[in-house]
Amino acid sequence: MSVETRPLPPSTEPPADPDLAARPLPTSGPARDRRRLGPGAVLRWLLLLVATIAFTYPLIWLVSASLKPKSQVFDNRLVPETFQWSNFVQVWDAGPVLRWLFNSGVVSLMAAVAVTFSSAFVAFGFAYFRFRLRGPLFGLVLATMMLPGAVTMIPVYLIWHQLGLIDTQVPLWANNLFGSAFYIFLMRQFFLGIPRELFEAARIDGCSHLGLFRRIALPLCRPALIIVFIFELQASWSDLLKPLIYLQTEEYFTMPRGLKQIVDGFALSGEYHWEIAMAATLVATLPMIVVFAFCQRYFLEGLATTARQG
Amino acid sequence: MADRVRPGRLQRREARAAYIFIAPWIIGFLVFTAGPMVASLWLSFTDYSLVEPGHPVGMANYQQLLDDPRVGKSLANTFTYAAMFVPLGTVVALGLAMLLHRVGRAAGFFRTVFYLPVMTPAVAAGAMFLLLLNGQRGLLNQVLGWFGVTGPNWTTDPAWLKPSLAIVSLWTVGGSIIIYLAALNNVPRQLYEAALLDGAGPIRRFWSITLPMISGALFFTIITHTIAAMQMFDQAYTMFYGPQQKATASDESLVYMVYLFQNAFEFFKMGFASAMAWVLFLIILVITVVQVRLGNRFVYYEGDSPR
Repeated sequence: MSVETRPLPPSTEPPADPDLAARPLPTSGPARDRRRLGPGAVLRWLLLLVATIAFTYPLIWLVSASLKPKSQVFDNRLVPETFQWSNFVQVWDAGPVLRWLFNSGVVSLMAAVAVTFSSAFVAFGFAYFRFRLRGPLFGLVLATMMLPGAVTMIPVYLIWHQLGLIDTQVPLWANNLFGSAFYIFLMRQFFLGIPRELFEAARIDGCSHLGLFRRIALPLCRPALIIVFIFELQASWSDLLKPLIYLQTEEYFTMPRGLKQIVDGFALSGEYHWEIAMAATLVATLPMIVVFAFCQRYFLEGLATTARQG
Repeated sequence: MADRVRPGRLQRREARAAYIFIAPWIIGFLVFTAGPMVASLWLSFTDYSLVEPGHPVGMANYQQLLDDPRVGKSLANTFTYAAMFVPLGTVVALGLAMLLHRVGRAAGFFRTVFYLPVMTPAVAAGAMFLLLLNGQRGLLNQVLGWFGVTGPNWTTDPAWLKPSLAIVSLWTVGGSIIIYLAALNNVPRQLYEAALLDGAGPIRRFWSITLPMISGALFFTIITHTIAAMQMFDQAYTMFYGPQQKATASDESLVYMVYLFQNAFEFFKMGFASAMAWVLFLIILVITVVQVRLGNRFVYYEGDSPR
């Protein structure tokens, strides 16, 4: 995947350049790194430490804040003075949180499954076959990535309105059944990486086109499928705009929409229960952290692939 | 790769199969993209409002875009936010990626750390940062206080609403870090060796090797970030809008998509909102075309790249 980085032979490093000399080379052992810890390296680790705190502390703070009593939410202590576990009980009173979590799970799973298979299907069409309109049509696929969602937002709403599906969760995932430009692009890149001889051989053995897709392309591109799946899972889980547009009944809300409702509710009543709001925030975030914990390498790999093809 | 399609029956069969595979996308494109685009353009010349059928009103909606000061204001806010976040986000992400590039095996750990915030739903990030950025008791101002700096009222002072949006976005810049790190890993070491032999210093090496070699990734992220910034909605809406804030919300935090959303789904001025959407589309198109033009001048694509 990534080009192997070779360490510089030490002899080429001029001692006048402490910055480069201090570079811990990827293949060098820890002992070697320690010997080279110059001022540049110290500064580098210091900056990384500060950045690490800046990026992780808000999340740690969130866990802590969600466990504090109302009066201590703003004390910014790392460890709460008093642990108020009941916040997580009271969250359920602030709204049907369990229901929202369930809704979000269903919607994002539907969205992710739909987009993964439809995009792979379409991408295979663009990757394997040679046909006259392939170039222009694929150009059109790429062009739609540029189109802001705002342009189609209102007419698409009117379509679902006509179909009587407003205030249902169908509009949150159903258009994923038709593939999504970026994922089609991504999957096509992966399919193009499969040696064509594999398909030819299967064709000679009497495999149908659908068979090529199902038995060769899909199994060989499993990592790519997982990448598309988890990216869409995360995007769909986090989305606020569509649930705002399409859902009115509290029962049908997704977790982000519900969270917004909780925050707004406290603001409306004038009595802020930020500790409850933070507990709800944690509840909305945690499933994605868990997904990340298990699928981390696919997220990172997916991004690196995107970069290479960008 | 370059096998010619055999002419005749087989070719037709192949083409038919091909269209079966891409049929879902074609249907989706017609129903959810092309059709709605035409409809939206038509709506933008009507006073359609969901409850009442639309009447053609000519250019009235576009005239109103010019007359409504909040349109201009929201557009200016969006540009200001984008002008803060895109360059800052690029520099911060590149800086962190370059640091990670140098730490060897530990980079894996830091990649995880920097990407974790990206997993946070925008609403959750918005709610969290409302507290973290609180003027009196927020964590950020407390930290600033240690250095003798009195932080502003990030979430209430009209002058600081857009910077606070940029801060929240900056927190979720991890994707770019990963992308830059991958690009940096792909820069051939020999280039640095050669530059060293020629006596190039670290700054020279950065400008003459690193930057050109990763310009493709930079270009890609700058374009996608700009497009996303122009459509910023979730965080702004979470932090500064809602049923309770209608009266008190400062127009300084009104980004274009929030105003568009309000017009379409709170005031039901769907014709007007459609006109707003088309203007946004044209603006994004112009920005992207300019960026691509500039990019073609500066981006270096390796001719015989092994990718």
